[in-house]
Amino acid sequence: MTALFANSADSFVWWAWVSSHLGELGDRTVEHIVLTTIAVAVGFALSCVLALVAVRHRWTYTPITALGSILYTIPSLALFGLLVPITGLGLLTAEIALVSYTILILVRTIVAGLDGVPADVREAADAMGYTRRARLVTVDLPLALPTIVSGLRIATVTVIGLVTVTALIGNGGYGALIDDGLSRDFSTPIVVGTVLSVALAVIVDVAFALVGRALTPWQRRATARVVAA
Amino acid sequence: MAATGHGAGGRGMSLLADTWDFVAQSGTWTGDRGILSRAQAHVWISLVAAAISAAIGLPSAIVLAHRRIAPIVSVAIVNIARAVPSFALIALVFPISLQFGFGLGFWPTCVALIALGIPPMFANTYAGIAGTPSAVIEAARGLGMRDSEVLRRVELPTALPLLMNGVRISVVQIVATATLGAIVGYECLGSFIVAGLARGQTGQPAVLTGAVLVALLAFAVDGLLAGTTTRLTPWTRRRRS
Repeated sequence: MTALFANSADSFVWWAWVSSHLGELGDRTVEHIVLTTIAVAVGFALSCVLALVAVRHRWTYTPITALGSILYTIPSLALFGLLVPITGLGLLTAEIALVSYTILILVRTIVAGLDGVPADVREAADAMGYTRRARLVTVDLPLALPTIVSGLRIATVTVIGLVTVTALIGNGGYGALIDDGLSRDFSTPIVVGTVLSVALAVIVDVAFALVGRALTPWQRRATARVVAA
Repeated sequence: MAATGHGAGGRGMSLLADTWDFVAQSGTWTGDRGILSRAQAHVWISLVAAAISAAIGLPSAIVLAHRRIAPIVSVAIVNIARAVPSFALIALVFPISLQFGFGLGFWPTCVALIALGIPPMFANTYAGIAGTPSAVIEAARGLGMRDSEVLRRVELPTALPLLMNGVRISVVQIVATATLGAIVGYECLGSFIVAGLARGQTGQPAVLTGAVLVALLAFAVDGLLAGTTTRLTPWTRRRRS
């Protein structure tokens, strides 16, 4: 076991490599964050539209979530494989696959959030003369926010993990470190890539929890439990 | 962009023809690196990983749910597990496995799959057992049931829909992720994708074949477990309709 952490090229983590590659680690971090942000932003926009359609026209909910779960079930490597012949190696293929994995989680939680708005609150807003759009923006969405944020947390953490696989089709991010380590039989970049990826996921998860908490002060007790978790 | 789109269309048609040729070769199906042997290996590693995950995840969830360890613990386990990328996990176990003489291929992949498979089973079973209404448990005790009977005849049936949901999520994830085992040298359906990607344009028929096979296997397993769940829990059917 001592060999695992001794300071040489054969050890599990070679610290000298880490300190001499800080620049590369920074670049990989930026790439990972960019890949994740694009996927979650596009996925969220798309899911909002789909969720609003599903809420307004109930019958579309089942086919929309069925399509989402089909996409979600396709293994990531297989989905990349299916897309590579069409969209080639690179960013577009990675993003299409990543976005498709967010749809199911986000549509479900947005719809659940909007459904969770109490009927009497809705009726009160209607009685006060709110138009449908005004009610959606000023009443429904704020009340649905905790649920939507929890969906965003799950989707983002999932995407951060999946981004590592996109290295196999030529994208950067922490997966490139892991891939590099595997191909050279050199464990340090694998460990560093994994640790950084998990750290990023945890940081983002906590950040979302805090943002959700700040946006919904009336929900303090409920979100406090989630933060503790 | 327009030119790319046109090119992709032309390439798409010939790719389908090439893929058909690839699948039609008898060599694609038989032998060590054939579809049959790789599919068998894919199912085998998934079964082993699912069985070990269940053997660890289900009993520990049942025990911990009775101890009423704060639900925070189970939430934390699942959250952390979700944050560990499966690809990273396989890559991470790989050098350790080599160092301790377990070799490449099967064990690094299997260990990663077990680690991925436990959390959904654990969390759902925990929620199911802990969520059994206390009035129901009191009533069962009032009827003179011992703890083991309460577990077997009341809590487990109540938890079964959630438990099976956990098993389904977990097994589908295991089958999907076993694909990545190809990267550390486990010959499975993912090998078509990994080897194909490495060969670039000429490897595309293999990539497409592997991708379709893996997706079909994942769908089949998902459907099979969904069917098993409805059969095991007939009382939930009425609520759904």
